[in-house]
Amino acid sequence: MARYILKRLLAMIPTLLGVAILIFLLLRVVPGDVVEARYLGQGSQFQSQDLMNQERAKLGLDQPLWKQFTSWMAGLARLDFGLSMWTGAPITEEIKLRFALSLQLALMASTIATLLAIPLGILAAVKQDTWIDYAVRVFSIAGLATPSFWLGILMILVMLTVFKWIPPMVFTPFWVNPWENLAQLIWPALAVGYRYSAVGTRMMRSAMLEVLREDYIRTARAKGLWLKLILSRHALKNAILPVLTVISLEFAFLLGGLVVTEQVFNLNGLGMLFVEAIARRDYTLTQALVMLVATFFLIVNFVVDIAYAWLDPRIRYR
Amino acid sequence: MRPTLASTAMAAACLLALGSNLQAETPKRGGTLNFAVVAEPPNTDCHATTTFAMVHPVAPQYSTLLEFVGPMDKLRIEGDLAESWEVSKDGLTYTFKLRKGVKFHDGSEMTSKDVKASYDKIVFPPPGVGSTRKGQYSDVKAIEAPDPLTVVFRLKEQSGSFIASLLSPYNFIYKADILAKDPHWYEKNIMGTGPFTFVEHVKGSHVVGKKNPNYWDKGKPYLDGFRAIFMRDSAAQVAAVRGERAHIQFRGFSPAERDSIVSTLGSKVTVQESPWDCILLVGINHEKKPFDDKRVRRALTLALDRHEASKALSKIAIVKAVAGVQVPGTPFATPPEELNKLAGYWPDIEKSRAEARRLLKEAGVPEGFQFTFTNRGIPMPYEPLGVWLIDQWRKVGLNVKQEVIEAAAYFGTIRKGDTQVHMDFQCGYIVEPDLDMYKFLSTDRNPANYGRYKDPVLDDLYDKQSRATNVEERKRLVRQFEKRVLDEEAHYLMTLQWHRIIPHSAKVKGWTVTPSHYLNNTLDTVWLTQ
Repeated sequence: MARYILKRLLAMIPTLLGVAILIFLLLRVVPGDVVEARYLGQGSQFQSQDLMNQERAKLGLDQPLWKQFTSWMAGLARLDFGLSMWTGAPITEEIKLRFALSLQLALMASTIATLLAIPLGILAAVKQDTWIDYAVRVFSIAGLATPSFWLGILMILVMLTVFKWIPPMVFTPFWVNPWENLAQLIWPALAVGYRYSAVGTRMMRSAMLEVLREDYIRTARAKGLWLKLILSRHALKNAILPVLTVISLEFAFLLGGLVVTEQVFNLNGLGMLFVEAIARRDYTLTQALVMLVATFFLIVNFVVDIAYAWLDPRIRYR
Repeated sequence: MRPTLASTAMAAACLLALGSNLQAETPKRGGTLNFAVVAEPPNTDCHATTTFAMVHPVAPQYSTLLEFVGPMDKLRIEGDLAESWEVSKDGLTYTFKLRKGVKFHDGSEMTSKDVKASYDKIVFPPPGVGSTRKGQYSDVKAIEAPDPLTVVFRLKEQSGSFIASLLSPYNFIYKADILAKDPHWYEKNIMGTGPFTFVEHVKGSHVVGKKNPNYWDKGKPYLDGFRAIFMRDSAAQVAAVRGERAHIQFRGFSPAERDSIVSTLGSKVTVQESPWDCILLVGINHEKKPFDDKRVRRALTLALDRHEASKALSKIAIVKAVAGVQVPGTPFATPPEELNKLAGYWPDIEKSRAEARRLLKEAGVPEGFQFTFTNRGIPMPYEPLGVWLIDQWRKVGLNVKQEVIEAAAYFGTIRKGDTQVHMDFQCGYIVEPDLDMYKFLSTDRNPANYGRYKDPVLDDLYDKQSRATNVEERKRLVRQFEKRVLDEEAHYLMTLQWHRIIPHSAKVKGWTVTPSHYLNNTLDTVWLTQ
């Protein structure tokens, strides 16, 4: 097992290197740069080429690509992401600010998704082809068909129209004011959690149905074991593996992928930072964010694989 | 930029002319103003920034030398840090007397040394220090501080628009000692002499300021503080005002957004509107055939029914008035009856389009001729205006393909000169011919002229109006300039003047809309009814 873990950890290095090369080149292919984005907008009639060249030199954009890449790689090796080209602030500072919000939202949404998906999926499987199953299927298909940002807009409209209230628009950390924090984040967490619970519910239902038809479940039933015990001790452990994978990968995605939902609820999260960094051609920040998300995905994948072995004794790694 | 001798008083009058009435009420003290800001500036140094997003959250903490003050119908130029000023007879020396006892937020006294250091940074930036408005002050020879309360600007040539350029809301006065130690200090820090002191800036989230108890204008500000909340999404901004999480958003809303806010808040909302000193222009690349032929360019403008568009588009977009090179209603603007004589402004659109077809035929442009119109990937108002333009050009037999370029890459793309016809943009903090018409100068004088043409006659007219000492003479020259750029040569086409719509909480008092979203953001006169 230790050897397997080491192998997996080492395999992350070439993957991350590939991601780094790809994002570095892709960003340079896109037209425009941070200097144009900053200076060629409004009030630009007095701009001089000298000023723009001076700014490019300051940011190292006048250097050959290989030099820019190696200097970025050298920084990464020291875990130094450098400075944001747009704000001039350290990138770790830019990310740290948004990370708490994004992590909390991802945790809350994933918790909601899990709490909905697992019991509903089991219920639908156990009560297959009854009204309960149909209701759960309608609920989950509606979730799949409804984008979370749209649900968010709907929530805000209902709150505005009925309660004349909308969630706070400035983030307050949980430890500063839990009530204010939850009043802001519970709504996007519900909107996103519901969307992702739908995928999990359907996955849970089909996996459970498959397991419930297995011989060992039939044997357990024939022995007269209590249904709750069969489900929790024998069926769930086997059926939950694909659901675990889906929810875990969604958790990784939620960290940086909630752009529109963040916009709708005015959340200062990593998703918005990502989009703004790309729009501003902030190469250093975009590269850092891509590396962060890629690392996060790799770690989540790794943890899920290890969890497989723990949950299913049949799986052993060499 | 060339100087003028007639614009100082006119600058205030431009804004005066667009006024609305504001009832005098006794201001109440206290409360925190929450307002939405639609973008976030890259850093906090206004001297090196062009975005309005800088002015809204940062201006309340700074002072400028001069400023526009008062409600719309009584708008006037006043000294902010300057108590008085005089211009030498030869028009080359501007002497400003500063207010005594003005303190920075760190408790130190503000003196002429600070004004000189701030303007030196803008006009003569040291190597490695960016100044985005350096070109605007190319006429300045030297800035002197002969005594602690006197600042002298010496010019190379006469410049009537010099006062107007000192009204720039971006020219914050910084502390000289700080600039001497680190000219980049203000990129990450806020410390001025304004009505509010800096409390915190959480990147991507908000800026908070609190009342400056030592503000030089005793009794102001009325508010205890402000919170500027960054909100990129217009739906979130509308929801914030509707849900009273934000009292106001100072840039502006679309007509539909205004209606949505009004329908929710009813009498709890006040709507202020004004012509807006911003406009989308159609740039025509003179280096691309057949657009090097002025008959083709004239046909493009003749195809546009601006009068009908004004009625229709103003219902869905932030545009309204039919405009020439000056904001309609301002002193140098051409009156409608005269403007209607220019190509593309004729009230009889059928006659106009018949002439367009004739010109295209004469120039050898075949029916169904296809060209690409490059537009910027910003929904409002680029999208509706782009659709309108394409529809209008199709009515004279032109087949137009729209190419939308993402906002950040847009100006870089049109600077390269590969486009045929494209959308361009102009926005100012003050309606002033020198500032507004600079855009149209030959490309060797202004690289931001993306039409890529050279027109010495036009340049000469610009210089003449700029030096004109008589207002009527200057008006005449401005009209000649306008006729040449929009009609005779059709170098650029104007779409419609932007229209600024600010629906805000009725609790907000002491703030009036101006034709520029760069102005009136220090919040010293703003108060809340509860």
